[in-house]
Amino acid sequence: MINKLKSKDLLGIKDLSPEEILLILDTAESLKEISTRDIKKVPALRGKTIINLFYEPSTRTRTSFEIAGKRLSADVVNISVSSSSVAKGETLKDTAKNLEAMNPDAVVIRHSSSGAPYFIAKILECSVINAGDGAHEHPTQALLDLLTIKERKKELKGLKVSIIGDITHSRVARSNIYAMKKMGMDVTVAGPSTLIPVDIKKMGVKVFTDLSKAIEGADVIIMLRIQLERQERGLFPSIREYSRLFGLNVEKLKNAKEDVMIMHPGPINRGVEISADVADGPYSLILDQVTNGVAVRMAILHLLTGGV
Amino acid sequence: MNTREVMNTNEISRAITRVAHEVLERNKGANDLVIVGIRTRGVYLAERLSAKIKEIEGIDVPVGIIDITLYRDDVKSGLSRHVVKKTEIPFSITDKKVILVDDVLYTGRSIRAAIDGLMDFGRPANIQLAVLIDRGHRELPIMADFAGKNIPTSYHESVKVMLKEEDEMDKVTVNSKQ
Repeated sequence: MINKLKSKDLLGIKDLSPEEILLILDTAESLKEISTRDIKKVPALRGKTIINLFYEPSTRTRTSFEIAGKRLSADVVNISVSSSSVAKGETLKDTAKNLEAMNPDAVVIRHSSSGAPYFIAKILECSVINAGDGAHEHPTQALLDLLTIKERKKELKGLKVSIIGDITHSRVARSNIYAMKKMGMDVTVAGPSTLIPVDIKKMGVKVFTDLSKAIEGADVIIMLRIQLERQERGLFPSIREYSRLFGLNVEKLKNAKEDVMIMHPGPINRGVEISADVADGPYSLILDQVTNGVAVRMAILHLLTGGV
Repeated sequence: MNTREVMNTNEISRAITRVAHEVLERNKGANDLVIVGIRTRGVYLAERLSAKIKEIEGIDVPVGIIDITLYRDDVKSGLSRHVVKKTEIPFSITDKKVILVDDVLYTGRSIRAAIDGLMDFGRPANIQLAVLIDRGHRELPIMADFAGKNIPTSYHESVKVMLKEEDEMDKVTVNSKQ
């Protein structure tokens, strides 16, 4: 059994081995207990500095990284672009070099351009963690999804997962497909054909354009947020039609397995891709995902910046 | 490498029995006692100690598990690289007498880490330390309240505790490189 990650950075699931994914999940399972204590803090990362550098809006991911760092006693600094020098035209490279001059141990970056984390990871000596880059990857989301599934199902191998929605523009889908295929899971994607990449089958997934076929026999259904701005670009005719064909509601769930798990990376559009009674219903693990997000990010921060 | 056996399965069992009696005598019974074992082998010794106390006194003393990885002081120096395991203390330790259990007491640094960890879970009435082996060479002002066996050792030697639950046999050996 391995006891550390190969790279100084977490840039994508694509670079991780199955053993590394398991190490992260096991570590997260151990660290989860800390969040249930009266004193929700351990000294593991005392004296470490973590910078959250977010070029895109985020509630869950940014807060989750901040809480994760603080529960491990690291000092966490948040930079949001609207109130920083980026608004004055500073380049990503200059921003990164200037932040490094203040000796952080890790930079957590979210950026609208795919590859931005790779770009700064090459420049910086400290750890760089991808918190979502363009339509590329969102590795910590995939890891928290795996943790949520593993907690419930114990074994990941052989499980059937269906990912529903805008696959083309979803970094969550991409990271999850990489992660789930590495763990030996069976992945299906479904959505309007305009929102499914042409060569997606190369990633080893099945493709459906019919929701009912995609959810039949699935152990896990991951609903993606439909990005409302996509409709303006003519990728699907109307929100109402999308909701009718690809929105999940109690009626459509009748064909699903009895112990199916419903997940969603958030934020949800209630009544669009998921109905309120499903989102708040007994099959929904949406809030467990959020809880597990903190544990997974604690594990990543500890594995990358703790020890050695 | 030179290996000598210093305890066998019967001696380990007798030592635990004696420590159980000493714990009960010191604490005037098993009321308000809880036991917390330090991962990995301290946990098995803690379970054995609890079972022995049950045998003698007929009282179930709860056993918790503490993983000290997040509290260690030797991580930054590269001396160790431990995978974090679960800490499980499913009971309140506030106002309880905590018997902290480890296999070998050496520098005292693990015990310092465990005490720091315990304090995050509440305010115990007191913490007492029980170890199977005390091998000396303390680097911190820490001592065992109960020791199965004192074994004088040199720095060049290492002490290995093997327990059935983890190692398929009960045995303590001292290994020297000379």
